[in-house]
Amino acid sequence: MLLEVDGVAKTYATGDGPVAVLRAASLALDAGQSLALTGESGSGKSTLLHLVAGLDRPDAGRIRVAGREVGSLDDAGRARLRRETVGLIFQQFNLIPALDVAANLAFQARIAGRHDRGWCDALAGRLGLGPLLRRWPEELSGGQQQRVAIGRALAARPRLILADEPTGSLDEATGEAVLDLLLGLVSETGTALLMVTHSLRLAGRLGGRVHLAGGRLQPC
Amino acid sequence: MLRAGLAALAGHWRRHPLQLAMALAGLALATALWTGVQAINVEARSSYARAAALLAQDRLARLVPLVGARLDEADFVALRRAGWLVAPVIEGWMPAGAARLRLVGIDPLTAPPGALALPAGEAGGLAGFITPPGRFLADAATAPAAAAHLPGPVAAAEGVAPGVVVGDVGIVQGLLDAEGQLSRLLLWPEQPAGLPAWQAVAPGLRLETPAAAGDLARLTDSFHLNLTAFGLFAYVVGLFIVHAAVGLAFEQRRATFRTLRALGMPVATLVALSLAELLAMALAAGLAGVALGYLLAGALLPDVAATLRGLYGAAVAGGLALRAEWWAAGLAMAVAGTLVAAAAGLVRLARLPVLSAARPRAWARASARLIGGQAAAGAGLLALALGAGALPGLPAAFAAVAALLLGAALVLPGVLAAALAAVAPTARGPVAGWFLADTRLQLPGLSLALMALMLALAANIGVGTMVSSFRLAFTAWLDQRLVSELYVTARDDAEAAEVREWLAPQVDAVLPIWSVEGPLAGLPGEIYGVADHATYRDHWPLIAAMQGAWDRVAAGRAVMASEQLARRAGLAPGDALVLPGGVRVEVAGVYADYGNPVGQVLLAADRLAELYPQVERRRWAVRVAPAKAAELAAGLAERFGLEEGAVVDRAAVKALSLGLFERTFAVTAALNVLTLGVAGVALLASLVTLAGMRLPQLAPVWALGLTRARLARLELARALMLAALVFAAALPLGLALAWLLLARVNVEAFGWRLPMHLFPADWGVLLAMALAAAGLAAAGPARRLARLRPAELLGVFANER
Ligand SMILES: Nc1ncnc2c1ncn2[C@@H]1O[C@H](COP(=O)(O)OP(=O)(O)OP(=O)(O)O)[C@@H](O)[C@H]1O
Ligand SMILES: [Mg+2]
Repeated sequence: MLLEVDGVAKTYATGDGPVAVLRAASLALDAGQSLALTGESGSGKSTLLHLVAGLDRPDAGRIRVAGREVGSLDDAGRARLRRETVGLIFQQFNLIPALDVAANLAFQARIAGRHDRGWCDALAGRLGLGPLLRRWPEELSGGQQQRVAIGRALAARPRLILADEPTGSLDEATGEAVLDLLLGLVSETGTALLMVTHSLRLAGRLGGRVHLAGGRLQPC
Repeated sequence: MLRAGLAALAGHWRRHPLQLAMALAGLALATALWTGVQAINVEARSSYARAAALLAQDRLARLVPLVGARLDEADFVALRRAGWLVAPVIEGWMPAGAARLRLVGIDPLTAPPGALALPAGEAGGLAGFITPPGRFLADAATAPAAAAHLPGPVAAAEGVAPGVVVGDVGIVQGLLDAEGQLSRLLLWPEQPAGLPAWQAVAPGLRLETPAAAGDLARLTDSFHLNLTAFGLFAYVVGLFIVHAAVGLAFEQRRATFRTLRALGMPVATLVALSLAELLAMALAAGLAGVALGYLLAGALLPDVAATLRGLYGAAVAGGLALRAEWWAAGLAMAVAGTLVAAAAGLVRLARLPVLSAARPRAWARASARLIGGQAAAGAGLLALALGAGALPGLPAAFAAVAALLLGAALVLPGVLAAALAAVAPTARGPVAGWFLADTRLQLPGLSLALMALMLALAANIGVGTMVSSFRLAFTAWLDQRLVSELYVTARDDAEAAEVREWLAPQVDAVLPIWSVEGPLAGLPGEIYGVADHATYRDHWPLIAAMQGAWDRVAAGRAVMASEQLARRAGLAPGDALVLPGGVRVEVAGVYADYGNPVGQVLLAADRLAELYPQVERRRWAVRVAPAKAAELAAGLAERFGLEEGAVVDRAAVKALSLGLFERTFAVTAALNVLTLGVAGVALLASLVTLAGMRLPQLAPVWALGLTRARLARLELARALMLAALVFAAALPLGLALAWLLLARVNVEAFGWRLPMHLFPADWGVLLAMALAAAGLAAAGPARRLARLRPAELLGVFANER
């Protein structure tokens, strides 16, 4: 298994007491597979993705990515996991304001030491970013920023793609094209894809679907 | 609505207490340095004014001796007999334990109307004042100490300058061993008609107008101007802090402002609320600042007073009076500073559109464009500094300094951006590339703090170079000039002659140190008598001289002029100078005479005695083998029963002069360190406030695979790199400043020019200090970043848009 999530729990401390977001979430995903993650707004989908990416630690349970126990990795180990194994597409894009579009696109591949110019250019073309490469992040529309964020995650050829509503800001046709790109990678390169979406139609195109409710995952 | 609005705005400060503390501390420091310096100036000026106003001397013309310090009482009697309404004054120093007292003797019977107010209702009144042992007047601080050394009681009186004791002229003559002598005669403003010309009655006198008599204020003006410039400089540096803190608070509250507007609060109300908030901050910080300034002034005043006394003989009270004006002026400066520092933010607030997405990054990039415009304006100012530096006059010199500093500050961000852009292509690896690009993006937010740091560093280099150059020149000059082994002062001319006779067979030479005071080229001056001796020919520090200059002086036809006199009167070797009494002599050479505000000439001693027979002949310089000096001094003291201080050796004179020198610059050094401290706080303020804004920029890089620890190290490295770059910019600026201070300001203010020396070791220390300041300022935010909980970084992703 490329990804194993086993009984993961996460509680946030907030102004009015602790909020248990995840209680006992479990799932498994192998290379070359794709899985849709659905759930109400605020149910904890982004939280789960962040835990898998090693951005934060679970309070209980185990997460294994590519054979490594994420919870037992130290700071440097988790940073390395994010750099080299995982491609995370954020719900809020999170482009680097100091860098232009081209540099943003190539950034993760570069720090992972896997920069491939041809692949970057191909991604830019398929995502329709060609004319925008010299612009600055704040000069882009929401959908354009989202496409840069997608390209950035894919440029490093990660083994696990974690996509948090990657089509949320895109029109239907562009959304379909982006999903084609992601699924193409899954079938061609054996990448695994875990994708959050609110659209049942898009979820239907993936290999499987799990639903997050009450802090637990139910397959459907 | 108002209360809710205010609560929404104030909530920001509650969540960012450090930012609030920075703004308040910056404002308080700026106000403190400004009011502290002003307090010192006001206190000193009021002392001068009291000294000048004593007996209305600041308003009345007076008759003074043509040369020398004393006139004969017979002249006074002759003028009174001829019908002139004149009042006699005698002034002099009287030893009082380790210190000395300035005694002023007046005649209450002939004093001009309204010029003197004896304390009313005094027991004994007028009769007690003029009949021995007499009664004396002094200010409240001087009176108790003076009483022990005076024969009669001392009453505290308002209006008498500190360190001065006023008594009856006859009694003071006795105390000063000056029977029958007077310092000057004050002329009543209204004189009877048909008087004979005073020149006919008393030919040995000359008329001095009150303007020329205000010497003290004029001489000390340049000193106070320097202090004021320093105070203003520190104030401006302090405002950088306020601007940084308040400006960022505006940026961070953008969303709040917009929401308040969207909920229906008029823009005018919002601006008014912000103004009210700023005023409250200004008043709180202003009060603290004035109190702090008072403490600062109290700590520095003794040094300043010692400096003024040593350099100019001006007595300044050592204590401070808490004046209402300060509170008002200090608060006004705090409020004005706050409004200036917050003006940009207020304008932005007034123009903030209700809709349109918040774009803090766009703001940063727009500011980056602004940097170019700023640099152009700065370049213009630098050109202006070049022009002003070439013009004569103290105001032009100060204008050049101001334009240089301001211009360089404006150019700095542009220079830094250019430097970063230049190295960017050489950056290897994506992290280095991002680091440089991100640093450029930080420049607008940091530029004010960096400017403040550069100005403080440049001021340190400039003033440090000046003081060190001065110290070097001064000690070398002292060594040259103080060649005689012993200096002897006898009690009177007769004893001096005996001393000379006793010394002559035992030593190499006994050289006269005789002098008279008198106007030179229309300004107060001194004429010194010198013997024809190798002591002068070989050692005297000449700046310019004619061929055979010392021979001409020895022949009595020529004089050596001090640099101050030569500069003021535009004299060069070969020019003619008129001595008091109308004798024309040639200027044979010009010599350095550091630290002396009064112009001076050297004349052959015989000629001096011939021209001015009344000259006191009490002092000798003795040349003797150094090994024999101590023994000789002891012998002198024993043989003639000379008092302590009447025989001093070279080392003692040198130590005295150097001590005075060090105290002169103690104030400068203290202000220098304070300014650097303020700049450090400015940098800390900017980094701390920026740290909050930084998270959205750092979080994505962290999420893509850089550890928090690495990011923190990069943040620290950025601060150090910027500090090093700023230091590199400050070095040439500081040297330019030093040149202006040495070659322009000093010449205009004091009348002497110093050679400039470089002190690279000091620069090393300063660089280390700059790096330490930047490192310390960046350490806190970097530590916080390294320890940030992932949830907080993730919160950025949720909150940012
Ligand atoms: N840093 C945080 N601190 C406190 N609570 C948080 C934090 N991040 C998320 N939460 C809370 O955790 C819950 C789950 O948030 P999460 O972002 O995972 O939801 P989501 O399923 O991704 O929602 P959406 O579909 O709206 O994106 C929410 O109730 C949210 O308020
Ligand atoms: Mg989400």
